[in-house]
Amino acid sequence: MATAQTTENGPASAAVHTAKQMGRFNRWDTPWLNTKLLLGIGIIASILLFGILGNLFWDTKLALTGKSPLNLPPVGITTTLGGTLTGTWAHPLGTESSGRDMLALIIVGAPNSFLIGIIAATVGMGLGIFLGFTSGFVGGRTDDIIRLLSDVAITIPALLVLIVIQSLLRQVEIATIALLISLFAWPTPTRLIRAQVLTMRESGYVQLAKLSGASTFSIMFREIMPNLIPYLFASFIGNATGAILAAVGLETLGLGPQRIPTLGGTIYFSIQGAALLRNMWWWWGIPTLLLAVMFVGLLLINLGFDEIANPRLRQSSQ
Amino acid sequence: MSQQKSQKKPVLEVKDLRVYYETPKGDVLAVDGISFDLYQGETLGLVGESGSGKSTAAMGILQLTVPPGRIAGGQVSLDGQSLLDLPEDKLREYRWVQLALIPQGAMNSLNPTMKVSDQIRDVILAHEGAKAKNGLKERVLELLSTVGLPGRVYDLYPHELSGGMKQRACIAMAIALNPTVIVADEATSALDVVVQRVVAQTMLKVKEKLGVSMIMIGHDMGLMAQMVDRIAVMYAGKIVEIAPVRDMFADPKHPYSELLIDSVPSLKERKPLKITEGITHDPRNPPPGCIFQLRCPFVMDVCRKDAPPMQEVKPDQFVACHLYQANEDGSFIDVRDVVRNT
Amino acid sequence: MRGITLNYFLRRLGIFFLTIWIAGTIIWLIPHLAPGDPISAMVARLASRSGFVENSAEIIEGWKERFGLNDPLPVQYVRYLGNLVHLDFGYSMANFPAPVSQLIGQALPWTVGLLLLATTITFLLGNFLGAIMVWRRTPRLIKYIIPLGMIFTSLPSILAALFLAYVFAFLLNWFPLIGSYDMGMKPGFNGPFILSVIQHGTLPALSIIIVSFGYWTLGMRGMMITVEGEDYMSLARAKGLGPFYMLYRYMIRNAILPQITAFAITLGTLISGQVLVEYAFSYQGMGTVIYNAILNQDYPVIEGTSFMLILITALAVLVIDLIYPLIDPRISYGAK
Repeated sequence: MATAQTTENGPASAAVHTAKQMGRFNRWDTPWLNTKLLLGIGIIASILLFGILGNLFWDTKLALTGKSPLNLPPVGITTTLGGTLTGTWAHPLGTESSGRDMLALIIVGAPNSFLIGIIAATVGMGLGIFLGFTSGFVGGRTDDIIRLLSDVAITIPALLVLIVIQSLLRQVEIATIALLISLFAWPTPTRLIRAQVLTMRESGYVQLAKLSGASTFSIMFREIMPNLIPYLFASFIGNATGAILAAVGLETLGLGPQRIPTLGGTIYFSIQGAALLRNMWWWWGIPTLLLAVMFVGLLLINLGFDEIANPRLRQSSQ
Repeated sequence: MSQQKSQKKPVLEVKDLRVYYETPKGDVLAVDGISFDLYQGETLGLVGESGSGKSTAAMGILQLTVPPGRIAGGQVSLDGQSLLDLPEDKLREYRWVQLALIPQGAMNSLNPTMKVSDQIRDVILAHEGAKAKNGLKERVLELLSTVGLPGRVYDLYPHELSGGMKQRACIAMAIALNPTVIVADEATSALDVVVQRVVAQTMLKVKEKLGVSMIMIGHDMGLMAQMVDRIAVMYAGKIVEIAPVRDMFADPKHPYSELLIDSVPSLKERKPLKITEGITHDPRNPPPGCIFQLRCPFVMDVCRKDAPPMQEVKPDQFVACHLYQANEDGSFIDVRDVVRNT
Repeated sequence: MRGITLNYFLRRLGIFFLTIWIAGTIIWLIPHLAPGDPISAMVARLASRSGFVENSAEIIEGWKERFGLNDPLPVQYVRYLGNLVHLDFGYSMANFPAPVSQLIGQALPWTVGLLLLATTITFLLGNFLGAIMVWRRTPRLIKYIIPLGMIFTSLPSILAALFLAYVFAFLLNWFPLIGSYDMGMKPGFNGPFILSVIQHGTLPALSIIIVSFGYWTLGMRGMMITVEGEDYMSLARAKGLGPFYMLYRYMIRNAILPQITAFAITLGTLISGQVLVEYAFSYQGMGTVIYNAILNQDYPVIEGTSFMLILITALAVLVIDLIYPLIDPRISYGAK
């Protein structure tokens, strides 16, 4: 469309400007339909579905030891180390040296990793929100103490303390590990929330609420909370990622849940069983691949939220 | 001063400059065809309300338009050299050496991790090369004293200066290379009145001392009146009137100029507030005809159809308004006078 | 007031000591909350290996006396703190009578060396890539390639370690699979040894770098975008300054400040990741020591090495905190 003016020949209206016309209002233009976000959610959802519905089409008991032939490679591949073994469709992803079926292992292991991440992130964020709010809103001594503690907690490498704790506890359940990890998950949300609360505390609508006599509590929840939602989402995913990372770290050292198959635990056994040297790449490779895809998905979700929260980051990617 | 314009050559010529902003819902016509000339030694004021496009025009002239803005047409020539065609590295030779900027809100215009003196030094060194290192400190100190800043400012960081001091440091920086043209973009707008006066006086002093040509952008007509030789009034991306400052205030021709001048508070009389609305049309879809039609108290049918041309209704006073009709002998009559007299 | 004031210095130092005190206390407290004692456990292990242990009750009592395990808890705690100050972590139970500090002393230099190398490269590379992603003069191709290199970001470093070990050490045999230097060599400042160290250290370092640099790239990109929109950038462009100078002095120099703060915060995670990488490669650093200690249930070693690593982290954070005001002139630490 060339001209916006429909007049004839006035000397000034002869100027034809090449401005683009107003486009039709695009429903699909909302920032929430961010490519990265959607892609990430898609990946995570597929993995979750795969894990949850997996036992409908595959026998998850095969994840237990001794239920299958040992050391089978994935279907279609033949290994020759220590005798010739060929993969079969009965165990499409192969088996490991204790007779556990790989496919069953990842079907059971994947949701476990998520579960740890979600529990740890939820508890950690809950603590973080509470502490962050208190710190930012109440201020004064309380703020100083909480801030100090979160500074200290964030410096201490979580994995090391977890190693100390875990090496003593040995037999643990998923929930226990998740709770332990959440002990280290609170400093980052605390700082984040505190910073946001401090900014918002001085803003107009909060002052107005105070003037109209609203109680501290109701200000906190009705005025400030809703504006924090995007940050909370992004922070949650970041926390979950960190928690899964910590859990995998512990599992690969052999400090994870013993009786329940986990992805990291499988990798631990593969290191113990010298899988690298025996060229049993599927043993450590398949859980690794699944974990990699999981982390990529989480990363995409995180980036997606970042872009939603900060429009300037969208420039070249959308 | 400006009566002799026909003998003087313009140092800066702006012809039909257009700067548009791209938005998902269409282009915003921030600057939609402005033209003016800037003559040697004069100060031109560019005045208008928020959203009139004056800052965008300044950035366009300085070739500093960044996406989503773009220069969509027109011409900007400095001493005869067209700036729009120059590649960036050639353009850089003109930057600051010929064409400098005093930015708005010295709040954030200075690099927070560099000393003020270093920021003046780096532009000198960038354009004059390493040979300027000799005596550079003295030169900077002299610049600082020209704008009335004490020598100790040399070692200070921007956050250690007050708003007025930062603004004056920006002035010192702008004159460092003795440019031909300085664009002052709302240079006093972020300051309180007392400091405003100091900074304004500094700018006048600097202008006299160096004979530099200036474009002053602002929205305070009262302040403008004391600082400029000619005034151009902008509304919604177009210039509606250009006139020498005394003529403008004594006899404003365009209805919008009248409104602006009337809005300057007076110590002598109580005046009702006349300007009550902002720009009322959608900047993406301006109405056909005169852009002021929606707010003009004298709007006529022709205003809604044809955009008024810029006419010289008095010597050196240009206005774009259908109220002024040309006679055969070159003089103009005001349609309102005709109506009043019938 | 610019720079470091005494007040600031003391405050940072105080936080440092508080951090290691809290960490040390937690590490001490945990085993003491668990039932049983280490001596009995060790004897039980001996018994399970070689059958019956004579006079086990007297042995246990004797050792308890020797190590002061019969004293009341507060006394033990104070003694523990005193030992900590001397970096005395007791004796390793699996390698008795080797003191824990000896094991640490052998492993620590390797860990610190790898740490310095890996973190320096990660930080510099990551931030540099983030900066050029935003700079106008970077060729488009490079801007598209960089995100591709970031797919490994925030993976657990140990997975990268396994992958690299498999492909480059096992399959291609370009690098050695295990250890920090060739086992047959004697350590010394000679060419072959240094070469061997570099060979052995490459894959571990790479494992850490490829999973970590992406975080910095993303962060720096965000910061650079923010900086680019600032008023002082507009003025810098108007000044006609040289493009490289502008990139460095006006953009990077401002964008990197929050990154340095973030670096101090993420050090803990980096060190955790390195411990796992060392474990994967049997690199002769703290990671392998910890792993062996876990296998042998050698608690003094586990506690000692953990504490040592926490100490190093806290120290690094302290150093960064003290350096920061020298780079950012806006920070003033007068009395609050």
